[in-house]
Formats: sequence, structure tokens, C-alpha cells
Amino acid sequence: MSDGEYVDGNAAAGMLAEAFRTEVSTATVTCGNCGRSGRFADRHVYDRGPGLVARCPHCGEVNARMVRTPTDVWLELHGSTSWRIPAPPA
Amino acid sequence: MTQTATQRPVHWRPARVAEVREETATTRTIAFDVPGWPGHVAGQHVDVRLTAEDGYQAERSYSIASPPDGHRVELTIQRVPDGELSSYMCAEMRAGDEAELRGPVGGWFVWHPEESTPVLLVAGGSGVVPLMAMLRERARAGSTAPFSLLYSVRNPEVALYAGELDALARDGGGLDVSLLFSDAAPEGTTRPVGRIRPDDLAGTGLPAGSAGRAYVCGPTAFVEAVAGLLADHGYDPSNVRTERFGPTGG
Repeated sequence: MSDGEYVDGNAAAGMLAEAFRTEVSTATVTCGNCGRSGRFADRHVYDRGPGLVARCPHCGEVNARMVRTPTDVWLELHGSTSWRIPAPPA
Repeated sequence: MTQTATQRPVHWRPARVAEVREETATTRTIAFDVPGWPGHVAGQHVDVRLTAEDGYQAERSYSIASPPDGHRVELTIQRVPDGELSSYMCAEMRAGDEAELRGPVGGWFVWHPEESTPVLLVAGGSGVVPLMAMLRERARAGSTAPFSLLYSVRNPEVALYAGELDALARDGGGLDVSLLFSDAAPEGTTRPVGRIRPDDLAGTGLPAGSAGRAYVCGPTAFVEAVAGLLADHGYDPSNVRTERFGPTGG
């Protein structure tokens, strides 16, 4: 994978939707480095490796790493301080 | 937002290729039948997973080209040099082949036919695919929302859906289609060849900024450039929805 070969957050939305059981491309992610908030769909996603990496479009911080194994979805989110996920009324 | 197509559990579903249509020399549309498909909204994505005989699996995300239509999901795939899946799907895939689809996904870059807001669509190359789903949905639903498509392509040979776009625009009903040729234009084209520029936006007939919404899809550099032009043209950034794909697609 070379620098710059990213796609947008929708490329990761399928794996996330499987994990969260809901649509998360409209989730608002706050970056753990620069503190700016934006939709997950606007993250820069690098998907040419064994897993996915989603970076902040402003500062490049890794906001999320995701790997799908045969039985689980692993998420590593320490580069983001919050995820606000739209939820239908309970 | 309509929740029906965006809040359902998402998992892999078996799919079968129903039909393959050649679009251009490097692009084809593959229609899948997906039993149990929950329906989708124009602009959404789907992940495709293929499994080789030796068990090797590869998956990629693609925009859906078709409007909601039962269990049918159509993707338009462009062959790209390093695209593992796109190369296979463009060269080898044929009716009857099996795959798995996961989706639909995406809740932001979508258009619902009950919306009446004027819409500007701006496509760069194969970025026209999810915008075509919106135009097809608009026609299918009989929407009269004013729509304008600016479609930037290198030359007429690589323009997708040219005949269908012509027909949709001729039907009237508030749709305006402009092809912007960046390298070579057909004879008789008055617009000088070149990348999209401010004049192109001014010519759409849609009100500058104000109430309009814009959807922009294409290579990253194209999307960034158009987002800048739209801001200069008075569009509120919150009314500009963008979707980038990488320089190679996939």
C-alpha cells in the first residue's frame, strides 16, 4: 500500500454495521489527537491490508482499526475520544 | 432520515449473477439477484465478497447503480490496473456465478424520493455510479425535484450510461444533464475541453447556493476541487455531500 491510496469511510461501513448491528457511517467521530469531530463517512480509510484503518481527514490520526476474523470483528478505537451514533427512539 | 433501509442488521447474503452488460471498453454492469435483500436507498453501497475454489476470499465496497428493485442489485464496475476484484469481475464474471453481498451500507450519501429540494449532482469519471442510482430512483418514483447533473469524463468513449442519460434528460421534468469533457469532446461541443470550472456550475440553472443540495462523487482530487468550487458558488458546506474513492478504485 502506498501513501494516498485511501477511500472514504463507506468502504468500512459494512464491517462496522456487522459489528454494531446498525448503520454507523453517519456516526460523529471525535478525533483523539486534534479533537475535531466529523462523520465516520469522511474518515480516510486504508483497506488494502489484512484489516482496515480509518484516519482523521484533518490530522491523519488513526481513529479506528478493524479486523474481521472468521468469528469476530475486532475494533481498536483508542485514537478517537467519542463516537456519537444516531439511534432510533427507544 | 428513513430508517427502514439503514437500521437493519447487515450480514453476508448469497447472491447470483443474473446478467452482465458491457457499458464501455473497461466497464461493465453486473446485476445480482440477492434473495432476502432488505432494499436500499439511492446512493448506498454494498460490499462484495468472492471466494475462490481454494478458499481464498477477497472483498470490496461498491456503489449500487440501480434504484430499489426487489432482490435485484446492480453494480457498475470499472476495471482498474491493480484492482484484484474489479479485474476479475470485469473479465471473468458471468451469469450464474455466485458471490456474497453485505449491505446496504451508508446513510449520508443518499437521496430519498420524497425530498423536493433542488439537487446538483457532480460526477468525476466512474463517480457517476451512485448518482445514476439517484437519477434512476427519481425517474422511477416520478419525482419532480429539480435535478442537474454535471458529469466530467475524459472523452465520449468512457462516458457511462450516455444513452440513458440522454433519454432521461429528453423526458423533461426538471432534469438537466451536462457532460464535461476533460481531454477530448465530440465534434460540435461548444464548451472547450478541460476540467470542471466555475462557469460549469453557473450554467446549471440551479440557484446559487441557497436551498440546493449537492452530491459530489469521484476521485479524491476531483471531489476536493469541486467542493471548493461549490463553496465559492455559495453552497453551504453542510449542503454538500461528498464521496471519494481512491485513485485506483478497486
